[in-house]
Parts: sequence; C-alpha cells; structure tokens
Amino acid sequence: MKTLLDRTLTEHIRALEAREYSSLELTRAYLDRIEEIDSEIGAYLFVNTDEALKQAVASDLRRRRGDTRSILDGIPYGAKDNLCTKGIPTTCGSRYLEHYVPPYSATVIERLAAAGCVFLGKLNMDEFAMGSTTEHSAFHPTKNPHDPTCSPGGSSGGSAAALAANEAVFTLGSDTGGSIRQPASHCGAVGIKPTYGSVSRYGLCAFASSLEQIGPLTRTVSENATILSFLQGQDPRDATSRSAPVDSREHTIALHTLRIGLPRELFSKDIAPEVRSRALDAAHMLEKLGALVEEVSLPSLTYAAPTYYILSAAEASSNLARMDGVRFGRRAEGVRDPEALYCRTRSEGFGEEVKRRILLGTFFLSRDRYDEYYKKAFRAKLLIQAEMTSCFANCHLLLSPTAFTSAPQLGIRESDPAAIHRRDLCTVPANLAGIPALTVPFGKDCCGLPIGVQLMGPLWSEPLLYKVGEELERIRAKEWGGR
Amino acid sequence: MKKYETIIGLEVHAELLTETKMFCSCPQKFGGEPNTRCCPVCLGLPGALPVLNRRAVDLAVLAGLATSCDVATQCKMDRKNYFYPDLPKAYQISQMDLPLCRNGYLTIDAKEGEKRIGITRIHMEEDAGKLIHDPTEGTLIDFNRCGVPLIEIVSEPDLRSAEEALAYLQKLRSVLLYVGASDCRMNEGSFRCDVNLSVRPVGEWALGVRTELKNLNSFSFTARAIEYEAARQINILEAGGQVLQETRRFDPSSGKTLPMRSKEDAADYRYFPEPDLPYIVLSREHISALGATLPMLPDERRKRYREVFGVSAYDASLLVSDRSMADYFEAAAPLTAYPKLLANLMITDLMKLNREEYFSCPISPAHMAEVADLLGNGAVNSSTAKKLTVWLWKKDQSPRTLVEEKQLSQIRDESVLRSAVTEMLAENPKLLADYRGGKLAAAKAMTGRVMAKTEGRADPLILDKILKEELSRTAHL
Repeated sequence: MKTLLDRTLTEHIRALEAREYSSLELTRAYLDRIEEIDSEIGAYLFVNTDEALKQAVASDLRRRRGDTRSILDGIPYGAKDNLCTKGIPTTCGSRYLEHYVPPYSATVIERLAAAGCVFLGKLNMDEFAMGSTTEHSAFHPTKNPHDPTCSPGGSSGGSAAALAANEAVFTLGSDTGGSIRQPASHCGAVGIKPTYGSVSRYGLCAFASSLEQIGPLTRTVSENATILSFLQGQDPRDATSRSAPVDSREHTIALHTLRIGLPRELFSKDIAPEVRSRALDAAHMLEKLGALVEEVSLPSLTYAAPTYYILSAAEASSNLARMDGVRFGRRAEGVRDPEALYCRTRSEGFGEEVKRRILLGTFFLSRDRYDEYYKKAFRAKLLIQAEMTSCFANCHLLLSPTAFTSAPQLGIRESDPAAIHRRDLCTVPANLAGIPALTVPFGKDCCGLPIGVQLMGPLWSEPLLYKVGEELERIRAKEWGGR
Repeated sequence: MKKYETIIGLEVHAELLTETKMFCSCPQKFGGEPNTRCCPVCLGLPGALPVLNRRAVDLAVLAGLATSCDVATQCKMDRKNYFYPDLPKAYQISQMDLPLCRNGYLTIDAKEGEKRIGITRIHMEEDAGKLIHDPTEGTLIDFNRCGVPLIEIVSEPDLRSAEEALAYLQKLRSVLLYVGASDCRMNEGSFRCDVNLSVRPVGEWALGVRTELKNLNSFSFTARAIEYEAARQINILEAGGQVLQETRRFDPSSGKTLPMRSKEDAADYRYFPEPDLPYIVLSREHISALGATLPMLPDERRKRYREVFGVSAYDASLLVSDRSMADYFEAAAPLTAYPKLLANLMITDLMKLNREEYFSCPISPAHMAEVADLLGNGAVNSSTAKKLTVWLWKKDQSPRTLVEEKQLSQIRDESVLRSAVTEMLAENPKLLADYRGGKLAAAKAMTGRVMAKTEGRADPLILDKILKEELSRTAHL
C-alpha cells in the first residue's frame, strides 16, 4: 500500500479532485514528513508551516466552492532559497542575507500561487548557487537521501534532496551551469534547464544572468512538463523572457525517425565508467526502438568549462556587488567610511567560494584583462552556440551523461577548483547555448546511487525532450522495474 | 609670455522628460519625500531586473536627430561597475562602445562668425541617488532620483573659450527643450555639465594634458571654472611645470578649481554588456517617424524671423533661446502689421514680467499683436504700451477696449498739447529761468512735466515740436 507521500503529482491531482483527501491533509503529511526527517537530511532552510496550512485550507475552500485555480490547486511544493518570497526569509545560503526578508515575490512564485499551490518552504543551496555539493551553504550541508554520507549535488541540492526524501511533491531550482540537472541526477530526480528566456528570472537572486534559468525538479517526466507549463511564458518584468514560438514541430517526431547524436566530447574518459555506460545503454535502447544513433563531434565543447567559469564569475562579480551593507542584508559594525563598510561587510558576509569567484570575475573584467578573458570567453560562447546550432541541423537531440559521477561522498575537500569545474563539462554547454536540457534518472551505480542521463535539444525543444525522456522512463521501468 | 589657446570639450548630462524611470515604473519627478519614488528595481534589491523604458529611447533619438547625429539601428546597454552609496546596484547601466547616437554637431555664434561644434556621441544611462549629509544623523540617501533616465552628450574638443562654451550650452539646452527631450532645469540638476580642458601654445598641434572639471551646476559657474582653470594651467606651463591629468571640482566661494582625484586613482569601471537587457533595435522607419515629429529648430526659426518678420539678429536670437517664447512669437507675429515692434515688446516688457524659468505669458497672442498694432500706428506711445502689457498681464483683455475705456490713446491734438505746455511753463518759472541760463537739461525736465500732465499720452514728436516753438516764442518776450 502506497502512502500519501509515495504518490505522484498526477495521482495527487486525481485524488484531490475526487476528494479522496484534502489539500490540508496532504500538506500536513508533507509538513509531518519534513518535521520527521529534515533534521537528518537538511534540505530545508525555512519551513513555512503556518502559512502553508492556511494556504491549504484556502485551497480546500476553493475546491468546495468549485472555483479551483488550476489542476495544481492545493499541491505543496518547495523552492530554492534564491527565489524571492515576499515576507519569507530568502538567504541564498549566505550569511550576508541571513536575516533578509524580501518585499516582493519572484514571478515563478507568484505564478504558482496564482495556480493555487501551497508553499512549503525554502530549500538549501550552495551560497549564491556557487558550488556543486551544497556544502558551500553557509548554514549546513544537505545529505543525499539515497545515502546520507553522500552529497545531494548542487547547487540546488536542497531541491533535489527534498524531492528524494518525499519532503515535497515538486521543487524549484535554478540552473546556471548544471545546478538543477546535476543534483537531480545525484538524487534520482527529473530536472530541466529550460530554454533561456522561457521562464522569467524576475526575483531570482542573480548569479550569472546570461546563463541561468529556473526550472522544476520532479519524480517523473510528465510531472516536470506539467509544472514547467505553469512557469513558462513572457514576463513584462524580465526583458530577456520570451514566450515559446507557437509551432513545436519537434513534438511530432516519431521515435523511428528520431536522430540522436552522442557528442564524443561529453563521453570523456574522465567520466566514471558506470555513468558513461548508463548513457550508452540509454542510447542503445532508443536505437532498438528505431531511433538513429550516431556519434557526433563538437570540438568547441573543449572550451565549454573555462568559458563558463569566466563568464559566470565575471557576471557574478557585478551581480553580487549590490551586497554592500548599505541598504539590506548584513552590515559590519563600527565602521565609519563607506570603503571600510564594503570591505568588512563583504569579508564577513561571503564564504570562501563566493569570494574566490568575485575576485576572479573582477580580474576577468578589469581593463587590462578584459580582452584576454571576458571578450575571448564571450566569443567562445558564440562559437559553442553556432556549433551546437549546426549540429542540430543533423540530429534532433544530443544524449550524454548528466554528471561525471554518481553522488560524491560528503566532506571531500578538493584542492583544485579547476578540476571541480571540469566536471561540469556535460551540463554547461546547454547554459552557454541557451538550449533546454533534461536529466532523467536511468539506473544506479554499484552502490545503489542514482545515475542520470541528459538530453539536450535546440531552442524550444522541451516537448521533444519530454517525449524522449518518457521513453527512457518506460525503458527503465521494463529493465529495472522503475528504479 | 607665449600666447595660449584653450581647448574645451563638454560632457552634458540631461535628464529625459519621461513619465517613469529608465528601468522601472516609478514616477520620474523632481523632489518628493525622500525614498517615496522607489521600488525593488531602482533600489537594486536581489532578484530585481531592469526593463528598458522605450519612451526614454525615443527622447534620446529625438535629441540625436536634433543635433544632426547618426542614430544607431542597433545598440546595447553596458554595466559600469563601481561602489558608491548612492548607486544601489553598485553598477550604473550605461552605454560604452555602442552609443545610441554619434557624429552630430551644433552651430554657435562665435567671435569669428558661425562655428560648428562637433558632437562625438549621445548615450543613455541612469541617474544615481542623492547623498544628504546631516550633522546629527550622518549621511542619508534619497533614492528618488535613482534610475531617472539620462542622456550624456559628449562634444568634440572644438570649443576655445568660456564664451563659446556658454554659447554651446545655451544652444544645446534650447535644442533639447525644443524637441521636448529634457526640461533642462539646472537648479534641479536635470541639466549638468562636466568640462574637459587643456591649453597649448598657439600654433602648436599636439594637445596639452587635460583636466576634467566636475558637476558644474550653473552656466556662470561653468564660465568661471573655465576661466580659472585655463589661467591655472597657463601659469603652470609658464613656470616650466607640467599639468597633471586629474579630476577637479569648482569651489564657487573661492572661484577656484580644486583637485578631486588623479589619473592614478581613476577607477577601473570594468564595463561589460548588460546581460539583463537585450540589444536595442530601432527600425529605420521608427527613426524617421520620430524625425517627422521634430519641431522647427532654433537656427531655422531665427533665420525665418529675420527674413520674414524683419526682426533684428539679436532679438531673433533672444526669441528662439526659449522655445515657449518662440512659439508665442510665432502665434502673435502673423496677426500684427508690426512684428518687429512685437519682438521688442516681448523682449523689453514681457520678459521682465515673466517670473518663470521659461517664458509663460498669460496674455493671448492676439491681444499682444493688437498692442503692437496700437504702438505701430501711433495710437499709443511706448510708455503706454508698457503700461498696457502690465495691465494685460494681470487681466487679459482687449487692449483696444482698454485704451478707449481709460482714454489712453496718444494726444496728437496740437492745441491740447500747446495749452499743456503753456500751463507747465507758467507753473515752472525756475525751469524756464534755468533753460534761459543755458541749462539744456531743463528742456528734458519740461518734457517730463508735460508727459506727467498728460498721463504719458502726449505724442513725443509733436510735443517736442510745440515745446521748441513755445520756448523760442517766449524767448523774444
């Protein structure tokens, strides 16, 4: 017998409609689960208990009156702590914003509220989304529910762990260079980095504006598609947001006419063999179903990781400059002049990883280094974009591993940041090219830790990614009984 | 001492006359209770994003078209990064390498005649907040001005004196006012000027080391700062020294420029393209549609006033210096047979009555045209015309009726004037004695007495003739 918490979104929607249980019961079940397990997992930074119960009661009332706001009315969810929530602390996992309460909500939070969703709370993350283990959270690390000695990945580690530990029906994360997909892969969740501009970034505390998107983490592919449909759409408050073009022909591609490319550069020898073979398995099984699978080469991807790190650090150094101790957040005590205020506040408020990237980004943008670093990286980004676009003229989508390994052990302090960065190789190309990328759990490693497979497609190809993603889910169900 | 020439380039910041700020929907208005016109966007709160005000772009395009610039069909915004308490995002959204407008010019009247002053570029950016230094509370910040749209108009180093710089500023201001791009109120900071200045011996080709003079908030400060700074640099060179490249500020109380920061301290602004805003794309059609809305500009109007209405060059320049005054003149001039007199009346009488920064006259143009006609055809004299404008300013009405009601028309009847003169002479034997004694000033005083008797209505020419006649007649008695 499945418990309430084991059910899928689709099942919840059906049950709420059939009045099998109320949103209040459902919300209570999740709040109880958080109460029971989160001291161990550490996925949440703030639990919105009282408000969530009120929202659930209001949802039930709407349902009784027959004026539900959407199919999601009454569904409880959690959001990464870099999404602004009016009246609710938003820390970005940083000491600087430890006591910061925003006066407004992010567009995605407003959209889900308008859909009637119940807001459970804020999820842990690497400080300002910089990191890939959630250990850079200024508050506490999050544990991987599949193995508490392991990291859930990052930076949306709280979002992925909460889902894996049944602490929310779905969660929101943000993905600047893989921050949704990598933790989803480590926690056995479905996660998408949508087409750049398809989801409003208004209210997302910016790390690297030109690269990041907000996206949902869910248990299944179809749930993911459902949630994304509520998030997408042009927003007058985000000038980079756009609505999807009306025609989505990709959707009509039948599996037997599908051409899948395996980018040689994303099957590097540095990737764990088990992880690589899962991706190859996925490709072979799709091939058996009639898809044409071929190896492709995208030589510019060799530059993807350094390009990503230069551009993201440069933008971060500017985006985080507003944390100056003047108007909000932390303020150093006992300083007289502005210069000292900035130095002391920022030294106290930021962790090592954030400081490292701000320093690097400042260097990359400095007058004497700009051409050598930022400008060159900007050109490399255009090159990667162009190469990927022309690649999609020959294949419908690209399949690769999502992460280099399964979830790593907690507490491994790596000394070489460049080595850590290289491991983002599979996820950063989608951010640089602005294209959508989906990760779907596909098998486990020898220790029983989940492994994800990534699908990337051209701009606005989310429907195709979801369709093929569901195919992978079916294969997985057949092969490993849903695991 | 060698002869030096001063090389001046100006950077003018003008606030654009939009309803709302550059990147958010907060109202764009001067003043207000501190921090009442702000939102998450202009306060730079985490997660807030800018959205470009299209009206601001259109106004900047108009400014560019009015100064004969090339307007880019594609440009972008950049971030200029620096920490300062009045700059909430710690970067200003501005334009670096792809400004909206380039390669324009303005024409000014210089000593040697008309002179063309090049405009290097006009770019868009946002204003910062205001620091208020309070003796008890310390430094406070008002963010109402933060995010107000600005254009920066950068001139070529084509100016050679304080007079030329002022002529350029006045011309630029009137052009911006004409196209409605800015209200150019210097006292409210919506029109501000920085000066780049160097000197070099006449005949030398290479430019000298320049200094930048910051935030000169009035025309007279600008002129004084230029004169002081040019003299200071020449003195240094004459003494065998070297001018330092630095930023200086003008201290109005001492009339001196003082160092602010040297080139070594100059900030590295780490410009890079603003990732939150897409490229700004303007179609040729949109730009020409904006061009079609441009009003006739001051130079063209001035020419027209001289050629069509026979107004003097000086008067025409004064009339066009303020668009509302020029518009008023154009509404009234076709209604009178004496447009030249109308121009005189506006400049000598109406301008004195105007208490606003810009010309704002309660008298209808038709009534002013009537005043010019009354004066022109001799129905009233100039002192009555002056009185009429004062009355009409208080209460706008038909001047013809007023003249009839108050019996203000000129007295040209010789018998009336002659009796007034005889009466005056009888009452003022001392004046007469003085006159006879050779004091010519006494004649003037006598005219004044008669004018007073006739409430200023005596036709001055006829009175003059009669007075002379009467004086020569009595001389023989």
